[in-house]
Amino acid sequence: MHDSHKFKIPIGPQHPALKEPESFSVALKGEKILGVDIRLGYNHRGIEKACEERTYIQDMYLIERICGICSHAHSTAFIQAVEEIASLEVPKRALYVRTIIAELERIHSHLLWLGVAGHEIGFDTLLMYTWRDREIVMDILASITGNRVNYGINTIGGVRRDISSDQMKKVLKAVDLLEERTKYYIELGLEETTIIKRLSGVGVLSYEDTLKLDAVGPTARASGVARDVRKDDPYAAYGEIPFEVITDNHSDVYGRTIVRLKELMESFKLVRDCAKNIPDGPIAVKAPRKIPAGEAISRYEAPRGEDVHYVKANGTEKPERVKVRAPTLANVQAVKHMLKDRFLADMPIVIAAIDPCFSCTDRLVSIEYSNRGREVISWKDLHNYSINWHREHNGIDFTGLNKKYLDRINK
Amino acid sequence: MKKNPGMMFWEVLKSFFKKPATIKYPAEKFDMPDKYRGKLKFYPEKCIGCKMCMRDCPTGAITINKIGEKEFEAEIDLGKCIYCGQCVDSCIKKALEITQDVELAQFDRNKLKVTFSAQNKESPEK
Ligand code: SF4
Ligand code: SF4
Repeated sequence: MHDSHKFKIPIGPQHPALKEPESFSVALKGEKILGVDIRLGYNHRGIEKACEERTYIQDMYLIERICGICSHAHSTAFIQAVEEIASLEVPKRALYVRTIIAELERIHSHLLWLGVAGHEIGFDTLLMYTWRDREIVMDILASITGNRVNYGINTIGGVRRDISSDQMKKVLKAVDLLEERTKYYIELGLEETTIIKRLSGVGVLSYEDTLKLDAVGPTARASGVARDVRKDDPYAAYGEIPFEVITDNHSDVYGRTIVRLKELMESFKLVRDCAKNIPDGPIAVKAPRKIPAGEAISRYEAPRGEDVHYVKANGTEKPERVKVRAPTLANVQAVKHMLKDRFLADMPIVIAAIDPCFSCTDRLVSIEYSNRGREVISWKDLHNYSINWHREHNGIDFTGLNKKYLDRINK
Repeated sequence: MKKNPGMMFWEVLKSFFKKPATIKYPAEKFDMPDKYRGKLKFYPEKCIGCKMCMRDCPTGAITINKIGEKEFEAEIDLGKCIYCGQCVDSCIKKALEITQDVELAQFDRNKLKVTFSAQNKESPEK
C-alpha cells in the first residue's frame, strides 16, 4: 500500500467514548493501528502540591479525593506512610476495619469495571446488571463509613468508625448475595459466546512484555505474573488472612475479565474471614499533630494495581513532599504496546481493560505552541516562568522570597 | 470453554416481571444510614471558641465568630463543605454534630451559607 494511506487520527481529549479528558493520537493504516501516542496531563489538579500547604489531617481528605473509586486505596497508602514516619502502632482492630473496607472497595470497583467493559463492547445489559448489584455494596459502605464514595474512615493512627456486630451481619448478608450474583457472572464470562468472542485475543500482553513494561494489578496478573502487594508486602491485616493471588494465562482482555471476576470471589472470602477474626479493642491511637522528620514509601494493592505513596515529613504539621504513583501510570505504557498492530475498533475495550483513571495519574507539564510544537518543560524552567509571569502580570516579585530555593535549583 | 448463546436472555425475561431496582425519588425517600454525613448542626451553648474545628477543616468551610462574652456563632458554607465530619471529630466539646440531612440543593449560592447562633439555632431557610 502506498504511504499516503497512513492516517493519523486524534481521539480525545474530549471524546464521547472517553469519560476522562485524555488524548490518543492513533496512526492508522486501514483499520490497523501502527502506533499510538498517549498524552496525559489534561486533568492535572496539583494535588501533590496542595498537600504541602495543608496539615496531615487535611491532606487525608484531599488525598482521598484523588480518585472516586479507589479513595480508600489512596487514603490508606498515604496514612500508612505517615504512620510509619511517626512510628505509630495502629491497633489491630483498626487494621481489620481497613481491610474490610479495602475489600468492599475492590468488590465495588471490579463490579463497576465489569459494567464498563460490558458497555464498551456494546453489552449494555451487563452494565445494568452489574451496576445494580454494585449498589448493594455501595449501600453497605455508606452504612459502615458514612458515605458511598469518599469513605473518610481513616485517621492517622487508626480508623474513625467502628463496625458493630449488627453491621457486620448486614455486611455478611450482602456478601452472600453478591457472591451468588458473582457466580452467575463467572458462569456468564466462561460461557457466553458474545463475551468470549469479543474479548479473546484482544489487547494481548505477553508474560515477558508485562515484566518489561512493569504492568501492575489485574493487567499483570492476567498475563500470568503473580504480583500482588497484599501478598508480596502485606499491610493492614493481609498478613494474617489467607487468600489466593488470582492469575490467568489468557494474557488478553478476556483474561483480565476472568481475573477480576475470580478476585471478587477472593474478596468475599477475605471479608468473611476478617469479620470472623476481627479482634476487640480500640480502633485508634492518638496521633501527634506534628509528624517528626523522616520519609516513607508505602505500597497498597488498589483494585487496579499497585499504588505507591511517598511522604516526606520535616517535623511540622505539614508534609514537605507528597508523591503519588497511581496504578494507571504504571499500566499506560502497556496499553501502547497492546494496541500496536491491532484494530482500531478494539481500542475502547483495550484501554478500558486496564481500568484507567487518568485523573489519578496526571502530573505532567507540557506546553503546546502553535508554531513550535510541543515542549516538555523542566521544573526549574516552570518555576522561573511562574515567578516571571507574576512579576509581569501582577506586579508581585517572589524572587527574594524564593532566593534560597532558586539558588539551589539554578546551580 | 462451553459456549452457551443467549444465556442472558432468561435473565432479561425474568426482569420484566420484577420491581424496578431504582426508587422513585423524590416521591419516595431513601433512608439515610445513621452514620451518614450530611448537614452539620451546631450547639452554640456548648462551644468554647477554641477554633479547633476551623483549624482541621480541609476546605475552610467553617468559621467560628465571637459574638459576645462566651458566646459564639458558627458560619458554615455548605457549598464548600465536603461533609467529611473532621470538625465533629476535632471538637472536644461536642458542639458540632452531623445529621442525615442531605437535601441541601439551593438555587442561590448565598443561601448555602448557614449561620448558627444562640438566637437563631437553625438556619432561617431550608
Ligand atoms: S472545636 Fe468545638 S468548641 Fe472549639 S470552636 Fe469549634 S465548635 Fe467550638
Ligand atoms: S464536615 Fe469537613 S468540610 Fe465540612 S465543615 Fe466540617 S471539617 Fe469542614
